[in-house]
Amino acid sequence: MAQGILLSAENEIDFMIHGVFSYNFFGTEVWITTTHMSMLIVLLVLIIFGIFARRAMLKATEVPTGFQNVVELIVEKLDGMVDATMGKNGKNFRNYIGTIFIFILISNISGLFGLRPPTADYGVTLPLGLMTFTLIHVNKFRYQKVSGVIKGLCDPWPFWAPINIIGDIAVPVSLSLRLFANVLSGTVMMALIYGLLNKIALFWPAVLHVYFDMFSGAIQTYVFCMLTMTYISDAMTTE
Amino acid sequence: MEFNREFILGCSAIGAGLAVIAGIGPGVGQGIAAGHAASAVGRNPGAKSDITSTMLLGQAVAETTGLYGLLIAFLLLFVQPLAK
Repeated sequence: MAQGILLSAENEIDFMIHGVFSYNFFGTEVWITTTHMSMLIVLLVLIIFGIFARRAMLKATEVPTGFQNVVELIVEKLDGMVDATMGKNGKNFRNYIGTIFIFILISNISGLFGLRPPTADYGVTLPLGLMTFTLIHVNKFRYQKVSGVIKGLCDPWPFWAPINIIGDIAVPVSLSLRLFANVLSGTVMMALIYGLLNKIALFWPAVLHVYFDMFSGAIQTYVFCMLTMTYISDAMTTE
Repeated sequence: MEFNREFILGCSAIGAGLAVIAGIGPGVGQGIAAGHAASAVGRNPGAKSDITSTMLLGQAVAETTGLYGLLIAFLLLFVQPLAK
């Protein structure tokens, strides 16, 4: 397989999505790829965490101890972030923002554990962006009514409507591309380092893992959730 | 006029190099944001955590245009759409 053209062929530089196995789905060939596999692992981790968290909260005590402390801390921090950004509308969106925050965070830092991060696949980040897009427009129609939406489209002048529509469509595209390109660039950098320097890449790439997987992943998770919340609360304001 | 595959791949590499020049803009922008954040912390040290999170959010948004250039470079280098 032709990898990079600047890189000689004997290096093993591997950051592409690979098919694991294929099956026949009503006449079309469908591939299960490494993205599916790492996403399944991420989901399993989250489900197991959820089961243990539920078990810890069922026998919750007044003064939290051990694992209950951790769960309460996570929930408290996420709820506080949503409430601080969205104000009084925040409590309806705590569940959604908390869910996508934990999912994107675990997906981004799964590169640490040798997985190919699921968010380094545009097929994962585009649905996340489209979910934000749907939420924005459902809330826009719910709070501003049809007249408000039309008024917002013709904001300075009526003939400006095409520009406003393009601006609306650019929101999910830029949201998803930002997350995708950040995680992909980290994955590519790590693959280049391990592929080109495979003899001398012994312990020091850990520093780069901290930056590319943990710092960058956490920042992009925060940015995705903050922008989602800002756009949604923007759509909910009525003049 | 027919070009051979090697010529197209070489031109793709040049194009990829030109595409990541887009990194200049976000670099300047992030530097300006960090400088203003530093002066804001100097003026009001109590608001340091708020300033830091706002700065990081703004920088991550400003990074997007540079990442578009990076994506174009990746497409040219690894997907090689012109050499098909």
